[in-house]
Amino acid sequence: MPSLKRPHVVIRGVTKRFQVGDGEVEALGRIEATIEGGAFVCLIGASGCGKSTLLRIVAGFEEPTTGEVLVDGKPVSAPGSDRGMVFQDYALFPWMTVRQNIGFGPRQRQLPRKEVDEIADEFVKLVGLEQAANRYPSQLSGGMKQRVAIARVLANHANILLMDEPFGALDALTREQLQRELLQIWARTRVTVIFVTHSVEEAALLADRLLVMSAGPGRIVADIAVDLPRPRDVSSPEFNAVRRELARRLTSHMAPARALEPVS
Amino acid sequence: MSEQATALPDATQSMPEAPSAARRRGRIAERVRSIALGVGFPLVLILLWDRAVAITGTRLVPSPREVAVMMYDFSFGGVYDDAFSATILTHIWKSMTRVYGGFFLAALIGIPLGLMIGRIRILRQLLDPTINLLRPIPVTAWLPLSMIFFGLGPNAAIFLVFLGAFYPILLNTIFGVRSVDVRLFEAAAMLGCSGSAMFREVVFPASLPAIFNGLRIAHGFAWILIVVGEMTGVPTGLGSVIMDGRTLSRTDLVVTGMIVIGVCGFVTDRIIVLISNRLLRWSPQHHA
Repeated sequence: MPSLKRPHVVIRGVTKRFQVGDGEVEALGRIEATIEGGAFVCLIGASGCGKSTLLRIVAGFEEPTTGEVLVDGKPVSAPGSDRGMVFQDYALFPWMTVRQNIGFGPRQRQLPRKEVDEIADEFVKLVGLEQAANRYPSQLSGGMKQRVAIARVLANHANILLMDEPFGALDALTREQLQRELLQIWARTRVTVIFVTHSVEEAALLADRLLVMSAGPGRIVADIAVDLPRPRDVSSPEFNAVRRELARRLTSHMAPARALEPVS
Repeated sequence: MSEQATALPDATQSMPEAPSAARRRGRIAERVRSIALGVGFPLVLILLWDRAVAITGTRLVPSPREVAVMMYDFSFGGVYDDAFSATILTHIWKSMTRVYGGFFLAALIGIPLGLMIGRIRILRQLLDPTINLLRPIPVTAWLPLSMIFFGLGPNAAIFLVFLGAFYPILLNTIFGVRSVDVRLFEAAAMLGCSGSAMFREVVFPASLPAIFNGLRIAHGFAWILIVVGEMTGVPTGLGSVIMDGRTLSRTDLVVTGMIVIGVCGFVTDRIIVLISNRLLRWSPQHHA
């Protein structure tokens, strides 16, 4: 009964144009979407389709040219601690230890030191980094860094997790493990996740809703619900069906573009 | 320097595992070699200097032995018992107050100004051309004006040291701020950091490696400029000792002053490196 679920993020008529030299590039056409609280939504599309731009607009890092983004009914005007961004390149503060990075948000809220430490320790534990709590980011592996980045936004009470190809730079094994951990964290915290990826496999594994985007200008071309039970069996025929459907949607919108290219 | 460079790979791996005895022996041998080479080279230079003076028979350049005697008298007295005997600490102290007066003043103004110029575009547009216009002017060219502004005395010296130390600190700080990954500002903003907290929590620590590079260069300049600064007619200080040595044609005193400045600069530079290694232990690139 989706009507009972509250709309958490509403993207209303968002467009984005970038100034490039003398001309303008239309990065996003009109985007309309409503994302419910606690949903795990994947934005998927080829590179250049504007999926990262859309995510950055939701985060408040960029302003839409027209339209607006509403979070809990209020329009987004700037970055805020309710929306936690997890970047592909981690963006951890290199001069802070794991614990200090995770405690950064609570510290900005001027909480007493003891409370900051308690929150930091709680979230260090959530992502299983007790052994590395006093290490600096330069002493961590990619997977550990991304765990810190996730813990850092959750420790700051983010109830929307914005993830911009967060596992793109990781090796396959670490990626699988982090995908599993992310799903566990999501199940436990029930935060809303908007996850940008270009991997069909990853999107089918994680999301309960897929927004397929296509480029020139960026727009949402398909909205697919994924009802597969979790944990998902990637070798099951049902999973394969989702994957095939998703791949078809992605490529069907690339085909006309390819046809326009000169045959040489 | 080199022993820290070789220790770096271990530091980054730093799994809780004791280094084997063989590895520790290897590191000690490396360290001994590094010190032997570093100390050996100046000893060879002194030997060449001694031979060159002996072979040419010059009276204009003192031999290492004469300088050593002068150094002893300058430190403890009892040889010449003149105006310079046993006055080394007074001169070092006076010079240090000027070196560090100018240096800290430069850091105190240069770092905050650099952070703001790096971060605030309108300030950059306002000040950048002026800074780049003033920067190429040699500090020595300011000497006449500084004597008019500050008169004969220590303040003119402090001003000259300040001028020399200011630009490296300012420019490195600006460079440091400009090269901070924008993502870090975005990450901080989304975690609820803004305004002056952004300067304190992100801009400053993120620029610290570049700031320390600037401080180190500026600190070297400060010691270089002390001789120029103390040309402005102050009675004490290592620069004035050298100037006195020149007017009295006492080259042993001149060389003694040079060596003391060199040693002071060296020791204090090591202290700065120690402090920066401690504060920047998070930075894998910065164990110089």
